[in-house]
Amino acid sequence: MIENPNEVVTKAILRLVQVPGLAKPAALITLDNGFDYKKPNSFGPGGLTSLDEAITAATEANPSFIAVTGKPYIFCVGADITGMPLINSREQALALGELGHRVFARLRNSEIPTFAFVNGAAMGGGLEVALHCHYRTVSTGAAALALPEVAIGLIPGWGGSQILPNLIGIINAATVILQNPLTQKQLRPKQAKEMGVADALFEAADFLEDSLAWAAGVVNGDIIVERPEIDRKDWDGVLEFVKAMLDEKLHGAVPAANKAVELLALAKTASFEDGTAAETEALADLIMGDEARASLYSFDLVQRRAKRPVGVPDKSLARKVTKVGIIGAGLMASQLALLFLRRLQVPVVLTDLDQERVDKGVAYVHGEIDKLVAKKRMDEGTAAKLRLLVSGSVDKSVFADADFVIEAVFENLDLKKQIWAEFEKIVKPEAILATNTSSLSITEMAAELEHPERVVGFHFFNPVAVLPLLEIIRGEQTDDATLATAFEVGKTLKKSSVLVKDAPAFVVNRLLTRVTSEIFQAVDAGTPLDVVNVAMDPLGLPMRPIALLQLVGPAVAYHVGETLHAAFPDRYVDSPNLKRIVDSKLPVMVDKEINPEVIKLLEVGDAPLTADEVRQKALDGLAEEIRIMLDEGVVAEAQDIDLCMILGAGYPFHLGGVTPYLDRSGTAERVTGKRFLPDGVANVRS
Amino acid sequence: MPREVREVVFVDGVRTPFGKAGGMYAETRADDLVIRCMRELLKRNPNLPPEKVEEVAIAATTQIGDQGLTLGRTAALLSGLPKTTPGYSVDRMCAGAMTAVTNVAGGIAMGAYDIAIAGGVEHMGRHPMGEGVDPNPRILAEKLVDPSALVMGSTAENLHDRLPHITKERADAYGLNSQIKTAKAYADGKIQPDLVPVAIRSAELGWGLATVDEAPRQTSLEKLATLKTPFRPHGRVTAGNAAGLNDGATAAILADEATARELGLPVAMRMVSYAFVGVEPEIMGYGPVPATEKALKKAGLTIDDIGLFELNEAFAVQVLAFLDHYGIADDDPRVNPWGGAIAIGHPLASSAIRLMTQLARQFAERPDVRYGINAMCIGIGMGGTVIWENPYWEGAAK
Repeated sequence: MIENPNEVVTKAILRLVQVPGLAKPAALITLDNGFDYKKPNSFGPGGLTSLDEAITAATEANPSFIAVTGKPYIFCVGADITGMPLINSREQALALGELGHRVFARLRNSEIPTFAFVNGAAMGGGLEVALHCHYRTVSTGAAALALPEVAIGLIPGWGGSQILPNLIGIINAATVILQNPLTQKQLRPKQAKEMGVADALFEAADFLEDSLAWAAGVVNGDIIVERPEIDRKDWDGVLEFVKAMLDEKLHGAVPAANKAVELLALAKTASFEDGTAAETEALADLIMGDEARASLYSFDLVQRRAKRPVGVPDKSLARKVTKVGIIGAGLMASQLALLFLRRLQVPVVLTDLDQERVDKGVAYVHGEIDKLVAKKRMDEGTAAKLRLLVSGSVDKSVFADADFVIEAVFENLDLKKQIWAEFEKIVKPEAILATNTSSLSITEMAAELEHPERVVGFHFFNPVAVLPLLEIIRGEQTDDATLATAFEVGKTLKKSSVLVKDAPAFVVNRLLTRVTSEIFQAVDAGTPLDVVNVAMDPLGLPMRPIALLQLVGPAVAYHVGETLHAAFPDRYVDSPNLKRIVDSKLPVMVDKEINPEVIKLLEVGDAPLTADEVRQKALDGLAEEIRIMLDEGVVAEAQDIDLCMILGAGYPFHLGGVTPYLDRSGTAERVTGKRFLPDGVANVRS
Repeated sequence: MPREVREVVFVDGVRTPFGKAGGMYAETRADDLVIRCMRELLKRNPNLPPEKVEEVAIAATTQIGDQGLTLGRTAALLSGLPKTTPGYSVDRMCAGAMTAVTNVAGGIAMGAYDIAIAGGVEHMGRHPMGEGVDPNPRILAEKLVDPSALVMGSTAENLHDRLPHITKERADAYGLNSQIKTAKAYADGKIQPDLVPVAIRSAELGWGLATVDEAPRQTSLEKLATLKTPFRPHGRVTAGNAAGLNDGATAAILADEATARELGLPVAMRMVSYAFVGVEPEIMGYGPVPATEKALKKAGLTIDDIGLFELNEAFAVQVLAFLDHYGIADDDPRVNPWGGAIAIGHPLASSAIRLMTQLARQFAERPDVRYGINAMCIGIGMGGTVIWENPYWEGAAK
């Protein structure tokens, strides 16, 4: 039997409702876990049992129809994933799948018409319960509709993979079940209606009234629901295309995606019973697989740990930030100006060496605001406010009343020290001095200042507007008020902040550079670029190493590498071939291929490695480096490393960031003598 | 500048089912009730482009919380009317919606705008009568009015004192008849067309749908005789011969007649005259008498010209005082043919539009009737009356 003692049970509350135009009452089932929208409805064993009982009671009342709806803002966001780690056997996993199927099927097989009134967010099992109903309405106020299971290593295993393609066609179903989860997209209510996921769309203000009236019309025969004929001709072809796309992107590393394709293929001809039985088997396979467990671990990190960073001083210590100063007006500085402006909505002033650069920086911000307005992502009122809040000046005295000053100048310690010394004479003694350095020491940067305690590292990831990670670095003298302020600012900027000790290159760059270092050691030894480039493919990383090098820029990568080589010469090589590439200023990729001109530059040894050997070295290097970082206290726990790699480097959920993969592949124990995470935290307990 | 007299017409009106305070709307917001009415009006009248609604006046007695914040304007925004539509709030206690209607009628007649929405809401469960009031101490110190004037039930007892021929038995019989007439009207499907179903939520019971009034009940003279008289020991006013404490909202479209006809909107009633008059606050229930006198005089009509009466039943005694004044029988079929507030309920500021909407429906059924009136008593000693002409009156064709 499956049980979750910690389940927050979503109750299915039955109420018989008189609906104008119908002689018999309707049975309206409300899903409600008793909390507000911040704790959404979900289905664990208790919730499914409650729904089962409500359907029984509803049926016995012989109503004109049965309808399921949610609590305010939330329909149901799917299976209760907090119970997944408690599943220790395949039998339990099968039982969970079967329970959902059995209960939901009652709505599909009901002789009494069944409706789902999707009033709010409907995801996963929440959307699947709606799909089992004979008819669906959706509110314009529903935040999103989605089947996101593949993103967390699972598949829509409560009927979604079988019902959806037969309702909206294989192309749309593949979009909802595969493409959207893998690109973090969801359906808006209007799209759901257009795709045919819902039969009717009603405005949020009187959604339930309109839905009940509509349902009465359907029951009375006044409203005929028409759905398009499903095209089965291209079914296989579409899936072949989808499979090819997935293989190109994921290299087979995500078992959930492959299972989803198989189930969609099955849905073309399989009976509903056979299809759902296959779903149950697939779901059990995945639940008992490490990829799903690592994905659930990752999901929890991103949803919870990212919102409550570990080791941060109390936010009551944070100072108010009413004006922001930005030193530099180049591209990075201008991007920071835009971000601070949009999120903090306080005066932001840029400075640089001459008026021309300052003007260019302000013009960039104005241009981006105009673009946002044109795309309707910002209203004109906000735009007008922000345009007036941003300014630039070569006269540094405008920084006198800034509470938070951030520099984004060239990565040179002496230059930064000189700048801070100069600005310390202008700004208030308690103004925060933040540096966006990607590798220099915060402690050294602050050393000669009168108030070194207000210097903090504030390391964004490029593109600043897109990547959610912010590494906040505490220097030796950084005080609690400064740190608390930095974290509050990070939160207002809508970034996920992680506290990092002042150590060379912090977290993400240190680890990515370790991989680059291992890869270029292999290149230097004679491994061809096209071999190293595919070496990491079995992991399903978002980018291959050479493409990543192109994105970061060889010069930047080399610069960080130099810093780390200086700090840890045993572990970080100063690759002569990377240096050649940097000096040549040639692009490493041309038309998605490795630039042949770059290959010609290389001067290599005669000990080439295989792709597998390169990957092994890279993973061993990662394990070694992470162990050293944890021992040094760069971050509090392995979870922080994983959070950084997921949010800052795009490392995938199915690897759990990185330490769950290093644990389950045995790399951690072999290289460092022990696991990073306890057995069972991000894998199936052995 | 030359000015034409413009006829003001009642186009359409709706209301929520009325709830008992603490009943089905206990977890529903007051503003949502009136917004629901406004949205329904717009849906029922697709010929009315929303931007043609140029004013919104919404009444509430206790303008606090979800009945505050210049409800007329916020409700307009939340109803989906364009941002260019202005709005304001109205308070004249029980006659709030009546005042909202007469205010916008004045604006339409004046030519300030062509079409307006008037409405009212009172959620007496969320906002009990007297919430947050702070009467001026001079009222007591200078004996301007008797303290009983601020307690509506006490003013009804006072009215019984002044008109001793109106006995408790007569009041109870009137109350019972109101229940019987409402039950029959429901059975005949007369009330339902006015009602806007409202989705209601209860944390305990889940979502539901309000489709009928909660207050009407089956009773008898014997049962009524046993009820307590909460306002005075051995008094006459009981829950059986007075309206209860209720939650509900109403809304109506008012228009310049020419504009309504141009847009193809229904013309349900034509406004003839209206009047508000003050009386001694201690016997506020007498208010409809002088108000009606004045409105009739303004219209050049007499009580004999009135074929239908939709009177508010705050208390049986005040309706009976009105009927006695005009020599109309307690059970005259022209008066409240579908029952009244004693059965249906009286969510203070919203009630007048219920009376108007019902009168409009009766007009449509009764082409033999030319004029009808709505009248109600108002707290702190006032009465309000509106006289309407029936556009379906068969004499009009001649």
